[in-house]
Amino acid sequence: MTTTATATGSPGAAAGRPAKTRKRRSRLPYVLLIPAIVTLLVGLGYPVTWQIINSFKEYGLAQQFGQPSEFIGFANYVALFTDAVFWQIALRSVAFMALTALITMAIGIAFALLMKAIPTWSRIVLQVAMLLAWAMPIVAQMTVANWLIDDRNGVLNYLLSLIPGVDLVGHNWLIEPLSFFGVAMVIITWASVPFVAFSVYAGLTQVSEEVLEAAGLDGAGRFQLLRLVIMPIIRPVLVILLLLQLIWDLRVFAQIQLLQDFGAGGERYDLLGTYIYGLGIGQGQFGAASAAAIMVLLLTLAVSSGYVRRLLKEDKES
Amino acid sequence: MNPKILRAGGAALAVVLAVVWAFPVYWMVNTSFQTPGTINRLTPTFLPTGGTLSNYREVLGDNNFIAALGMSLVVTVVCLVLCIAYAVLASLAIARFRFRGRAAFVLTVILVQMLPAEAMFIAQYKMLASVNLLNSVIGVSIIYLAMVVPFTTWMLRGFVAGVPVDLEEAAMIDGCTRLGAFRRITFPLLAPGLVASGVFAFLQVWNEFALASIILTENQKATLPLWLRDFAQTSNLGVTEWGQVMAGSVLVAIPVIVFFMIVQGRMAQGLVGGAVKG
Repeated sequence: MTTTATATGSPGAAAGRPAKTRKRRSRLPYVLLIPAIVTLLVGLGYPVTWQIINSFKEYGLAQQFGQPSEFIGFANYVALFTDAVFWQIALRSVAFMALTALITMAIGIAFALLMKAIPTWSRIVLQVAMLLAWAMPIVAQMTVANWLIDDRNGVLNYLLSLIPGVDLVGHNWLIEPLSFFGVAMVIITWASVPFVAFSVYAGLTQVSEEVLEAAGLDGAGRFQLLRLVIMPIIRPVLVILLLLQLIWDLRVFAQIQLLQDFGAGGERYDLLGTYIYGLGIGQGQFGAASAAAIMVLLLTLAVSSGYVRRLLKEDKES
Repeated sequence: MNPKILRAGGAALAVVLAVVWAFPVYWMVNTSFQTPGTINRLTPTFLPTGGTLSNYREVLGDNNFIAALGMSLVVTVVCLVLCIAYAVLASLAIARFRFRGRAAFVLTVILVQMLPAEAMFIAQYKMLASVNLLNSVIGVSIIYLAMVVPFTTWMLRGFVAGVPVDLEEAAMIDGCTRLGAFRRITFPLLAPGLVASGVFAFLQVWNEFALASIILTENQKATLPLWLRDFAQTSNLGVTEWGQVMAGSVLVAIPVIVFFMIVQGRMAQGLVGGAVKG
C-alpha cells in the first residue's frame, strides 16, 4: 500500500489571505516549530550527515572493531563506479522503476476511462475491488502472493495448467531472475493501479460536459476527443501521477526483500535497496554502502524535483 | 457500434477486472478458513464451505503474535500522539505566519517525504546502534516520527489554512490570547483534519516494514509486519501451514483495510483537486 504525501486536504484553497494582519515579528512561529525540527534533525538530519561524511571514509569491518576510519576522498564512489555489479543493479533498478511506472500508468488510465464509460453499479464494483487491493499492507500482499504462486498448491499454477498444453504444477516462479522481477512487477502494479485509476477518474470528472459537447458538435470523434480534448485537460494530473509512481517504484526495498526471503534469495535478485542493505548491514562495509545510498538519494531527488516544485507552488498559492 | 451494447460490454469487462483485482484478497480470506487437508489437495477449494476457525485459534494462541501485536500497538500509539502534537504546532506556524526561514522549512518538509528508506537506513541503523537503541520502542519511534511528521504537517497545513483567520481574530478581540484563540476556535474545527491525518500516520507506522526489519532484529521486539514475515518463513522450512499464514495475513490486514476505507476519498481527491484547476 502506498500512503502518500499527496493527500493535501484541499480545503485551504478557499481561505487565501494568509495572516497579512500578523506581519509584525514574533518568536511564536519558531517556538511552534521546535518539536518538528528537533524530530527531523535527530531522525533524518543526523543520519544523513553521518552518511555523507562516511561515504568519504574508509569504514569496513576493521573500523567496526575499533580501527580509526580515515578520509579517503572519493575512493568509495570511484570503487562503486568501476564496479560492474553496481552498474548492473543500478540500471536494473532504473529499468524496473520506469517499466513498472509506465505499465501502472497505462493500466490506471485505461481503468479510469472504463469507469467513466460504464453504468454506476459496475463502476462501484470495480472501485470496491480496487480499494481492497490498495489497502493491503505490503507484507500481507507479498505473503498472499507467495501463496498464490506456490509451486505445489498455488492457485496460479493450477489455473494456468487448465489451459490445454500447459503444465505448470510444480513450477517455481522465483528461481529465474526475469521471472522473479516479473512477479515483483505484477504485485507492485496490482497494488499501485488503484491510486492511479482513482486519481485519473477524479480528474476526468472535472472535465466539463460543455467542453466535450462543443468538441462533439465540431465533429470530434471518440479518439480525437480523448487525444485532443480530454488528455490535455488532465495532463497536469498525469504528470504528477507519473512522477509519484517513479518515486515509489524506486523504493521497493520491502517488496524485493520479502520476495528474496520467501524465494531462493541471492544477489542475482537485488535492486538498489537490497544491494545497499547487503553491503552495509550484511557485509559491514558502511563506507561503500553510504556512498551507494547517497547515489540513491541523488537519483530520488532528480526524479522528484518536478513534484517538489509543484507542491511549493501550491504552498505559495494558499 | 450500438452505444448500449458498448456500455454493457464495458460493465462486463469492469466486473471481470474487479474479480481479478479482488481475487488475492479473497483468496487470503478463503484459505484462512480451510484445514491443511483441504489446502493440500491438488484441486484448490474455491469456496470455504464447511470452513474452520482453527487457523485463527492457532495464530491467536501464538505468543509471538501477541508480543508483536503489543509492540505494534505501543509503537503506533507513541508515534501517533507525538506526531499529531508536533504536526499541529508546525502546521499552525506555516499556515498562520510568514516568517524568515519559513520557505526553507516548507521545502524540507516536502523534500524529506521523497526520500526512500533505502537511502538512509544504513545511517539510521548505525546511529541507533551507537546509542544502544536498536530493538527498542524509543529507537524505532524516533525514526518513525521523522518519517510521519513531515507529511502530517503538510496535510494539516491545508486544514489550518481552511479555517478563516477572522474567527481567531474575533476571539482575540474578545480577550483570548493568540494561542487561546487557536485552542478554543481553530483546534475544534480541525477535527476532521486531525482524524484524516491521524489515520494516514497510523497506516504508515502500522504497515512499516523496511526500517523495522533493520532496527528490530530481536524476535521479542518484532512488530506485526515482521512477525508475519517470520511466521511465513518458519513454516517455509517444513511444510507450510498456509491456512495459518493466511489467517495471520488477514489479522494484520483487517485493521488497515478498515481505517483505509475511512480516508480513501481524500487520497485521490487531495492530489487532483488543485492540479486540474490550477
